Amino acid sequence: MFNQYALSHVVLIPLLPAISFIIVGFFLRRLPIVAATVSVGMSLISFALSLGVGYGVIAHNITVENPLIQRVPWLSIAGLKVDMGVYIDPISAMMLFIVTLVALMVQIYSIGYMRGDAGFGRFFAYLSLFASAMLGLVIAVNFVQMFVFWELVGLCSYLLIGYYFHKVSAREAAKKAFITTRIGDFGLLVGILFLQILFGTLDFQQLASNVPAYVAQHGTNLLTIVAILLFLGPIGKSGQFPLHVWLPDAMEGPTPVSALIHAATMVVAGVYLVARAFFLFSALPNAMEVIAWIGAFTACFAASIAFTQRDIKRILAYSTVSQLGYMMLALGVGSVTASMFHLMTHAFFKALMFLAAGAVLHGLPDKNDIFAMGGLRHKMPVTFAAMTIGVLAISGIPPFAGFFSKDEILLAVSQVSTPLYIIAVVTSFMTAFYMARLLIVVFCGSEKPDNHPHEAPMSMRIPLVVLGILAVIGGYIPYANHFGDWVRFGLASHEGLDWSIAATSTVLSILAISLAWHIYGSGKVSPYNLSWRFGALYKLSFRKYYVDEFYLWLNHTFVDGLGRILNWLEIHFVEGIVQGAANLPVGLGNLVRKAQTGKLQRYGLIMFGAMLIIVVWLVLLSPLFRGALSGGVY
Amino acid sequence: MVDFPLLTAILLTPIWGILVLSVMPREADKTIKMISAVTMAIALGLTLYAYWAYDVSLGGLQYIENVPWIPELGVSYALGVDGISLPLLLLTMLIGFSTIFVSWNVEKRSKEFFIQLLLLIVGAVGTFVSQDLFIFLLFYELGIIPSYIMIVVWGSSERVSKEYAAMKLTIYLLLGSAFMLAGVIALYVNAFPAGMRTFSMQVLAQAHAVGNLSENVQIVTFLLLLLGFGSTLSMWPFYSWAPDGYAAAPTGVSMLHAGVLKKIGGYGLIRIGLLILPLGAKFWAPFIAFFAVVNVLYAAFVTIAQKDLKYIVGYSSISHIGYILLGFAALNVISIDGAIANMFAHGIMTALFFAMVGLVYEKTNTRQVQSLGGLAHQMPRVAVGFMLAGMSSLGLPGLAGFIPEFTSFLGAFKVYPLYTLLAISGIVFTALYILRVLANVLFGPRRVEFDTCRDASGVELVSLVLLGTILVVVGVFPQVLMGMVNSGMEPVMALLVKLHVTPALLGGVVQ
Repeated sequence: MFNQYALSHVVLIPLLPAISFIIVGFFLRRLPIVAATVSVGMSLISFALSLGVGYGVIAHNITVENPLIQRVPWLSIAGLKVDMGVYIDPISAMMLFIVTLVALMVQIYSIGYMRGDAGFGRFFAYLSLFASAMLGLVIAVNFVQMFVFWELVGLCSYLLIGYYFHKVSAREAAKKAFITTRIGDFGLLVGILFLQILFGTLDFQQLASNVPAYVAQHGTNLLTIVAILLFLGPIGKSGQFPLHVWLPDAMEGPTPVSALIHAATMVVAGVYLVARAFFLFSALPNAMEVIAWIGAFTACFAASIAFTQRDIKRILAYSTVSQLGYMMLALGVGSVTASMFHLMTHAFFKALMFLAAGAVLHGLPDKNDIFAMGGLRHKMPVTFAAMTIGVLAISGIPPFAGFFSKDEILLAVSQVSTPLYIIAVVTSFMTAFYMARLLIVVFCGSEKPDNHPHEAPMSMRIPLVVLGILAVIGGYIPYANHFGDWVRFGLASHEGLDWSIAATSTVLSILAISLAWHIYGSGKVSPYNLSWRFGALYKLSFRKYYVDEFYLWLNHTFVDGLGRILNWLEIHFVEGIVQGAANLPVGLGNLVRKAQTGKLQRYGLIMFGAMLIIVVWLVLLSPLFRGALSGGVY
Repeated sequence: MVDFPLLTAILLTPIWGILVLSVMPREADKTIKMISAVTMAIALGLTLYAYWAYDVSLGGLQYIENVPWIPELGVSYALGVDGISLPLLLLTMLIGFSTIFVSWNVEKRSKEFFIQLLLLIVGAVGTFVSQDLFIFLLFYELGIIPSYIMIVVWGSSERVSKEYAAMKLTIYLLLGSAFMLAGVIALYVNAFPAGMRTFSMQVLAQAHAVGNLSENVQIVTFLLLLLGFGSTLSMWPFYSWAPDGYAAAPTGVSMLHAGVLKKIGGYGLIRIGLLILPLGAKFWAPFIAFFAVVNVLYAAFVTIAQKDLKYIVGYSSISHIGYILLGFAALNVISIDGAIANMFAHGIMTALFFAMVGLVYEKTNTRQVQSLGGLAHQMPRVAVGFMLAGMSSLGLPGLAGFIPEFTSFLGAFKVYPLYTLLAISGIVFTALYILRVLANVLFGPRRVEFDTCRDASGVELVSLVLLGTILVVVGVFPQVLMGMVNSGMEPVMALLVKLHVTPALLGGVVQ
């Protein structure tokens, strides 16, 4: 009954947060308690509806091949019809569940985390707007709808990164995020235009049925370029190399935002886009290869940076970049199931870790450096437990959630390419190491004397517990319940655990964790000595391979440089010509007669002289005039 | 009631306002402003009614009025609007109404100021509703002289003196209109034999079909019009008047010029250039497309180097004109739909931008980006206005600017893939300079020197609320605008299709 209602009212899922945005944003900004209540209430209903949709998908046997689609016309002009609508299949149903769940948890958490903040109402308004836009993206029926909401989540991300806008760093990070993702969106937009021109439609369902025929007829060359252009969007949005630079800086936003937008939902929009358009990408082997390699490289690259970072949120951010690389890698080797599975478990454990990190920062205000923390496990047991679960989950230790999804990815990769598999395994080792480092440095060892940590309030602990439970069971339960039969593309490819792969990665992860304990926990090896011994490498990693500096240099040298040059030309050259032209009549006039009234008249005189000549010329040119001259019809 | 001359009423309302104002004592400052506001409110109301009552499914010219005026010359008082002109008429009224409130603080010679402001508006309204070239030109010229006076008397000098800026603007626009005049005369003379000559746009549009306008004549005539309308539209390289002019002009005049008067150039290119001289349009289209890209990129880079808010908005506006030109140059229905809609969206956006810049200037007495900062602390409402305008400017979906840009890109991409690609890259640079401005002006640490600045309130909010609402409504429901525009362009489709089939002198236009 309820799932029937939910399926026919999917549109409410994004609409309710939008209503909440309007109510909170315009009327309740001065009433924090009411604002939070409205916001959380709407999210709760959205979440319930998403659950209903999830059950409905199973009950009504809605599959990837047989989605439920509703459309309303949005734009209709000669040659272009664009709808807005609802696209429900197991993949989007799963996304609805994740987004509404994490949004709800983060909003509950924010009640405690943001308490007393002057912009409390504004914060909840933005969160609601974000949830609405993200949900609109998830249910997109065509590329335009996806692009519209894609940009809107980008706007929300911008607003929320720059939430503490009095901080210059936050302001700059927000700007950087917007501009960097804009570069990707340029490609996405061009790709979309290409698709419209090649296929005459942007509707996912129609495109899916037209692509095979097109490939059979025209080959894959042009379409591969189109696909890679489209993929630039996900590269920007999902923080893939080389457009990953904005995501770590995005940590300037309040921590709940990092958990919601920059870990669990918006940054996976790129992964989701590729999965949604998998009918296109999967038909193009070269594009798939690009996706796989970018994903693998990003995963490994970001992990190697996370090794040496000291800011707790930045470590998590690089780990997000790395895990997003994993998801892309899974897509690139053709496994939507593995990618979506990991997307889900990652949403649970990464949101969990961010919220735990938020609890740490809440308990120790104005400290970001993990080496300034230490020994927090006594005073913050819940947070410690949450972070531990998160670390074990991301490291792929059974039976935590990440184990199952990571195994699924490694299995899929191993079947396609050995080099990629090796990269993935090495990354998995590195991940376990740096996450264990974070956990050990922050929570173990001795307390710092001038730190006075305290456990988070109840509203912050509830989400930790809920997400903590999901990070434990969120892998096994879907695994045991034939996740792969539903969330997939093409045939269901779920083959059960591959014990050799699972064992390898688990053993490696345990090794990595022990190594981390050896270095950071036991005190037998000094990490400072290590960083000194590998000085150059350490610095390279710590300075993030100087990619940010390089981009900054490019921007200042070429973009600003060109701007300055053109502006100089504008002032000295163009203006000079204008003035010269204006002075010309004066000069000529002075030759003939001195001291006339002013420039304008002279100028006008010349002007009309010229006009007269042109008019006469045209009249002479006209066939009728010539006809009149010769024929005398005049 | 059936034959109520709606367009005449719309045109006459501000004229009555001018007449009433001219007999007012100059001390009655408040009354003068109230009269202007009421006048524009009535005109806006009538226009909204016209927009609402226009039958989109029927399309074509509606609210037609036609009274012969100088029959010997074929001049008649012919009015009418269709999907091309109605959005621009509405744009004029929306911005015109806002400018009254933006100028609320004008104390100096307010009577003369508001009379000329209304004159400017009348000029724009007249060009958009007239269906007679003679009247069109008459109204066009009406807008130029008040601009000069208003800049000189009520303007401000920054990079260049206001006198210089006013002179430059006037000369450029007069020169442009002289070319326009030449083009129109050439058209008049060539289209029909003596005795049948007419200035009626509708009749002239038939001249091509009956074969009266040879390709050469069309090409030459179109060039003259292009020089004229191009300078109005600040097409590269005839844009130099625009940034200085906007910077020197009082806020209301900047809004009207960048938001409305500029669009007369684009409107003229379509209504006269394309519809009457299709072969000329086809010949020059590849050049226009090239200049369009120069407009987009050149102006975007120059904007990046600007420090003065008004120059930033001014150059940015020139950059955006490139998208309109590109949409026009592609000569297909989707792209021109996009170009027309973009004229509307860009107009609203630029006007809002100038209004916000004007507010900031009024309150802080500076327009230099580096002396501003953190204004969102003291003026959150102004910040919202800035954000709306900025986001629409960088083409954010959900605001008015996106769908027009998207459709012009889509239409142009088929015809000029490379140019379009270059133009689209402009969205990245636009984002760069817009976000820098927003960051440096609105955000960052609170500055104590602005603590005395009060946030926008009362009449200052009119333009923010009105124009901001339009940006959102058109962004969320683009069909409101696009459906109207499309009804104006769809009848032209046959002409455009035929145009693409006939071979061109210059092989720029491919099917």
